Order: sequence, then C-alpha cells, then structure tokens
Amino acid sequence: MNREQLAKRVLELVTEIAPDVDAASVIPGIDFRDQFDFDSMDTLNFAIALHRELGVEVPEAEYAQLASLDKCVAYLGERVQA
Amino acid sequence: MASEFRLPALGADMDAGTIVEWHVAPGSRVKRGDVVAVVETDKGAIDVEIFEDGVVREIVVLPGEKVPVGTVLALIETGAGPEAATAAPAPAPVGTVEGRAEGPAPTAAPAAPGTGGGGPDEARFRISPAARRRARELDVDPASLHGTGPGGAITLEDVEAARREPSPAPAPAPAASPAGAAEADKAGMRAAIAAAMSRSKREIPHYYLSTQVDVAAAVDWLAVHNASVPVTGRLLFAALLLKALALTCRGTPGFSGFHRDGRYEESPAVHVGVAVALRGGGLVAPAIMDTADKPLAGLMEEFRALVTRARAGRLRASELAAPTIILTSLGEDSVDAVFPIIQPPQVAIVGAGAIVERPWVVDGKVVPRQVLTLSLGADHRVTDGRLGAQFLARLARRLGEPASL
Repeated sequence: MNREQLAKRVLELVTEIAPDVDAASVIPGIDFRDQFDFDSMDTLNFAIALHRELGVEVPEAEYAQLASLDKCVAYLGERVQA
Repeated sequence: MASEFRLPALGADMDAGTIVEWHVAPGSRVKRGDVVAVVETDKGAIDVEIFEDGVVREIVVLPGEKVPVGTVLALIETGAGPEAATAAPAPAPVGTVEGRAEGPAPTAAPAAPGTGGGGPDEARFRISPAARRRARELDVDPASLHGTGPGGAITLEDVEAARREPSPAPAPAPAASPAGAAEADKAGMRAAIAAAMSRSKREIPHYYLSTQVDVAAAVDWLAVHNASVPVTGRLLFAALLLKALALTCRGTPGFSGFHRDGRYEESPAVHVGVAVALRGGGLVAPAIMDTADKPLAGLMEEFRALVTRARAGRLRASELAAPTIILTSLGEDSVDAVFPIIQPPQVAIVGAGAIVERPWVVDGKVVPRQVLTLSLGADHRVTDGRLGAQFLARLARRLGEPASL
C-alpha cells in the first residue's frame, strides 16, 4: 500500500467512526480532535478499526501518533504489510 | 387477548414522535425486547422496543404520522391464557409497563402512565364515564385525545371523533434536502434541551459539591490492564467511573431515583446514563442498564456500542427513558471541572473533568500526580450537602481501588 492508498484507507476508517465528517474537508496536518472533536471513544474505535482492517495493533501509549492524518500515515506506513 | 403497544415517553421533555417505519406487520410474531418501530423525535431516530411476547394484530399509526406520547401505535395479540386475561381487566398500557417500571415517568406527557401497574393513570385527564367505556370498546386511548368538554374533559363525542377520523394524511416524507433535515433535527434537539434544562433550573433547588481526587492508582491500573488485553478489550477511564458511580449509588440512597409528584422514590435498579455529546451539537444521555451488576469488560462493550448508536441516531426508547442518574465526563483536553444540571425527574448528576497532572502532596512531599475533579449536582429537596459529600467521598474511594470494580 503506498502513501496515497494508505491515506485514503485511513480517511475511510475515520469517516466510518465519525460518519458526519466530510472526508474531503479533512486537513491532513491538523489533529482530528481539533478538527471534529475526536474523543477518547473515537480514538479507541479507530484503534480497533486499524487492527481489524489493517492488522496493526497500536498500543495505547502510542495513540498520540494517530492524532492526525499525516501522523497516521507516517506511523502506519512502517507497520502495514504491503 | 389484545394489548396496546403505545408510544413510550423518553424523558421529561418529549411529548410526541413521528413513526418512521415499522419492522413488523400484522401477523408478525414479536417477543419481549424486539425493536418493532423507528420513531423520529427531538432526540433523533429512536428504536422502540416491545415489552411482551405476542403477534401483531393491527398497526394503528402509520409511518409519517406524528402522535403524542401514550398513543396506541399497534395492537398486539398476546395469546395469553385466562391468567393474563384476569390479571388485566383494565386496558393497561402493556406496551410500556416494563419500561416504565424501570424508567422515569414521562412527567410532561399527557399520557403519563401511573406507577406500580394498575390501569392507566386516569386522574391525570378528565373523561366522562360514558366516554371512558366507549374508548375501551373502540380501543381508543383517551390519553391521546384532546378533550373539548368542560375543563378540557374528554367527551363521548371526542372518543367517537377519534375513531371516525383515521390518521391524518401521512406527513411529507423527510425534508427535501438532507442539510435542511439536519438543521431541523438540530433545532429540535436544542429546543428539547432548552425545555428540560429550563424546567430543571425552575423546579430543582440544586446544590453543588466538588472534590479533587488523586486517580493515579486507577490510571496506572488501566494502563496495565489495557496493555495486557487485545485492542477490543481496552477500557476507557469513563468505564471505571460508570461502575464506581453505580456501586456508590447502591450504597448511598438519595441520588439514584426520581422525584415525582412531590416526593422522591429511590430506584431499585441503578441505570447510569452517559451524557454523549453529538458532533453536530447537542447531547443525549442514554442509560447503561443495571450498571452496577456488569463486569467492567461487558460494561465497556455496552458503553462503546451505546455511544456509537447515540452518534448514529439509533438509540432505543428504553435506554433514553431509563437513567436513574447521569454521568457527564468531559474527558481529556477539556476543563478541570463541570457543574452539571440535573435532568428531571432525576435528582442527581455527577460530573468529571479532565484528568490533569498537578502538584500533589504525598507523605509530606510535593509530587506530580494525576488529578481528577469530581462534582455532584444534587436536589436539595431530597438530600443535603452532608450526604452529598459522603456520596462524593465514597465515589472517590472506589476509584482509588480500581481492581475491585
């Protein structure tokens, strides 16, 4: 999965968790929390979705690295199997 | 025998709902707990469950119709033997009996069912004996009628008119533009919140207490727990709070129950409601049923499902009507403390701010600790500050022993 595909997949998962978020309006460099009130429940759901869909188990201590789209892509890029 | 399945009230501020769809048709077999209809309310689309087993005999209210709380939506053939037949000489609103036993009475609703399972609470509306008899014969719910007699009394004519007049033409289907519908939903929810909170501030003499709690033990326990389970088994701090609060309610009466008709009644079951903020604005507070009896893992699973459904606008009627007390947790990155407003007819609400690192004195030394400010808004008609302080202190103590939750 290249960077672009990964970003697209992550966005799909984010909008699955927050269906009222318009994927096209998500700004990659800004934290989800600041853009659309992503809270701890959303983050947990996101971690569960990443595990289910991409096979990546993100430890709780590393949640901060999932805070924005850019950070997700950087973090997951090294961990997702091709 | 047939029983009436009625539109349940979902709290003090709901007085009507629009049927969106039926999941059943005449002849469908239903069992207790089945979601049979979707109803659009100011709190979003709600799944309405049925509370008995039987077969649907007739759908009375069709999709698109907006009807007041208490209206008979469908008739259910319960197929009960002579036992049930003798047990129910009065046309009790069976469809809501169970939910009512656990939830707050719809105080604002015209069709407020009585407590404790007799017939309908007929004292709440005036109706002539002849009209009442005729209403029974015709399966018309007097509570759903607008009386035109003296003092708003329901007359025989009102009952006959209700029978003659089938439902008004189905309302236009959902607003043409989704954006318009969303705006309307938002306005409706805002109005519902305004009504409930205004009533609360008007009627309930609140008193407020708060306390700062060192939650390092709970935070550490949680981190260890979450590192040792698969991602689906992870807990949020709020799950600990929910369980600790429910257990505290059980040991300290006066906070989990309902104040109705001038008196307080402790709820035998503790159903903690969770205030869930919706992204578009507004909030709902559905309950986790029997919160104190659930192991943390199960409680967390339900909590997660509940928040998901709340945000998707798919709550169940019983969940909205049930809370005996509410927890509002503002969560990480927010403020230190919240002083929440009680949702009538409840008598208490507990608030939790963000967990923050603060200088704390431990064994004579100042050390950084994880600190949480807990607050209690309680009804002075029911309890005093002394008991409230005990309640909050007990809650804090339970949080200090996370392994026992």
